[in-house]
Amino acid sequence: LTRRRLLDWFLGTSLGAMCLSALYPVARYVTPPDVPEAPTNRALAARDGELKPNEARVFRFGSHPGLLVRDADGGYRAFEATCTHLSCTVQYRPDLKQIWCACHNGFYDMNGRNVSGPPPRPLQQYAVHVANGEVVVSRA
Amino acid sequence: MSAEGEPPRGLRAWLDERLGLSALTALAREKTVPLHRHTAWYYLGGMTLFLFTVQVVTGILLLLYYRSSADEAFESVQFIMTRVPFGWLVRSIHSWSANLLVLVALVHMFSVFLLKAYRRPREVTWFTGVLLLFLMLGFGFSGYLLPWNTLAFFATQVGTEVAGAVPVVGRFLLRFLRGGDQVTGGTLTRFYGIHVAVLPALTTLVLAAHLLLVQRHGMSVPESQHAARTGRPARSVPFFPNFLVRDAIGWSAAVGVLAALAALFPWDLGEKADPFAPAPAGIRPEWYFAWMFQTLKWLPAHVLGVEGELVGLFAFGVGGLLLILVPLLDSGGRPGRSHALIVLGWVVVVYAAAATAAVYLNAASG
Repeated sequence: LTRRRLLDWFLGTSLGAMCLSALYPVARYVTPPDVPEAPTNRALAARDGELKPNEARVFRFGSHPGLLVRDADGGYRAFEATCTHLSCTVQYRPDLKQIWCACHNGFYDMNGRNVSGPPPRPLQQYAVHVANGEVVVSRA
Repeated sequence: MSAEGEPPRGLRAWLDERLGLSALTALAREKTVPLHRHTAWYYLGGMTLFLFTVQVVTGILLLLYYRSSADEAFESVQFIMTRVPFGWLVRSIHSWSANLLVLVALVHMFSVFLLKAYRRPREVTWFTGVLLLFLMLGFGFSGYLLPWNTLAFFATQVGTEVAGAVPVVGRFLLRFLRGGDQVTGGTLTRFYGIHVAVLPALTTLVLAAHLLLVQRHGMSVPESQHAARTGRPARSVPFFPNFLVRDAIGWSAAVGVLAALAALFPWDLGEKADPFAPAPAGIRPEWYFAWMFQTLKWLPAHVLGVEGELVGLFAFGVGGLLLILVPLLDSGGRPGRSHALIVLGWVVVVYAAAATAAVYLNAASG
């Protein structure tokens, strides 16, 4: 080991350390912080009677969209409205009585099961309670 | 050049002494462009560069009014389109030129591919060119979100979700692109920064390298046009001013086409994005991403037990890698391999064209 090699090594490692100490905060900065979100377990989806049979609407379930469907018999069903394929927001197709994602033509049945197209998993279903004229949806 | 101590005469001599202009003009005079039956393809690089310049100029103009927040972005673009004098023209030209730029860049790349202009010593020119194409697609993807309309919102939702499906680094990529877990105003701000600062800086560097390499190696003459093969002496024309003047004719035609497209088909603004509305029917990305979009639609939920989107993503990744590696795949001058590469190139182009056509035919049939 010559004196020159040793000095080069010190110079190289300090330069490397300097670059790392500059890059580390940058790398951390560009990664967005985790914003803790109070878990939403219940949401008011609609007023009872607002939806006619065979109609649906998208409602806010915390920061996510939910889908409330009133089936032909007048019963309510609620699902997470985020398609399990690539996260588009799904909609109800009254003509087909199925839930449809317009982005890549995925279909789910009235139980949220993925029945055709690219979605790999069923939609998460929520529990629906009707009380005092309000349709309240909660995690099953 | 005047000798030191002796005062220079005239502005030109004064500038030359300080800036060394004569070295530059000598360089420009040295550059020639070969003339043969494929010379027309040489115009495409210059045309891409010209359209990029149009993007820079119109982009800077749009910056004067655009506001990059979820509450104001859509309204500010609406203001540009309806209230700002010639705002509709500037925005429509920016959008049309972006699309033409991608189209011309693709044709430029494919002509270089077919003429085998990427061969030794121009491999790095090819690498920088493919990198520039990816940067242009990045511009397209990030710029698409900026008006904050429904189509853009869901295109970004899907595009970032695809990035999120990448093994290992997917979640980081998704959060990095979205600026959080969801597509929100934070995503818009981030895309804006990427669109107007990060990508332009990167493009400037890669473009400089690309142009320097083109200058250094000169134009590639296809093998079939070498004097030894044609039996005629090689002909060429000086780049400055002869070829540049012809370039300029093409550019002025491009200005005319852009102005006509912008006037006859002003770019639509659509509906303001609502994160709590379902994805609308007929949703689709820009045409140059349509073939990937259609592929994701065609792929079933599971292929051999693997989620369809992962299979698609893997195929796109391999495709991109093969595209970059074209000069290395065709090295060594083996005619069989070279021929196979050309066939593969055509297969990809035909598939992409068919998938794109399927998207637009679907849309037409409702």
